[in-house]
Amino acid sequence: MYYVVSIATLVTMGLALVRAVLGPSVYDRVLAVNMFGTKTVLLLSVIAFLFGRPDFLDLALAYALINFIGVLAVLEFFRNRSLRRRAEQGEGQ
Amino acid sequence: MATVLDILSWVLLTLGGVSVLIGGIGALRMPDLYTRMHAASVTDSMGAILVLTGIMLQAGWSLVTIKLIAILLFLLLTSPTSSNALASAALLAGTRPFAETQQDREDVT
Repeated sequence: MYYVVSIATLVTMGLALVRAVLGPSVYDRVLAVNMFGTKTVLLLSVIAFLFGRPDFLDLALAYALINFIGVLAVLEFFRNRSLRRRAEQGEGQ
Repeated sequence: MATVLDILSWVLLTLGGVSVLIGGIGALRMPDLYTRMHAASVTDSMGAILVLTGIMLQAGWSLVTIKLIAILLFLLLTSPTSSNALASAALLAGTRPFAETQQDREDVT
């Protein structure tokens, strides 16, 4: 049963990667990467039980923390950039 | 009792896998950023809750369950936060929802 869930999660991670490559805007790519990270946490939790190694749960927890901080940092970067562009356009007019 | 727990956790795990898959397909095929976020949030909330609860039922009461509860709580706290940050950053950068752009085009012509 764990195999079914891990295969479904892996397929979803593949679809998220396709979206990250295709994604027209930066935000689509950020969304896809965020989704990929969440699915990694789920996959690690399932794999911990699939192979009977509960240590993997610590990795899942650490990965969830890193993923969240990373997405917030990237978003803050792009938010600042769009604000700066808007300010430059305002000066140009 | 153990059989009932097994069957319940299998049902939860299968439902979780199905909702994760549906969310992935939706995030690939939806037409614009906000609808894609709507599809991706299905995997963040529904998929994570179902899969982790199914695993918890298999684990029984131990330290592992506490770790799983911590992971679940953390995912439930952080995924709305990052979705909100993503939507506000995209809106600030000028990404408009699909239906509204259609309406704008009709207004212009």
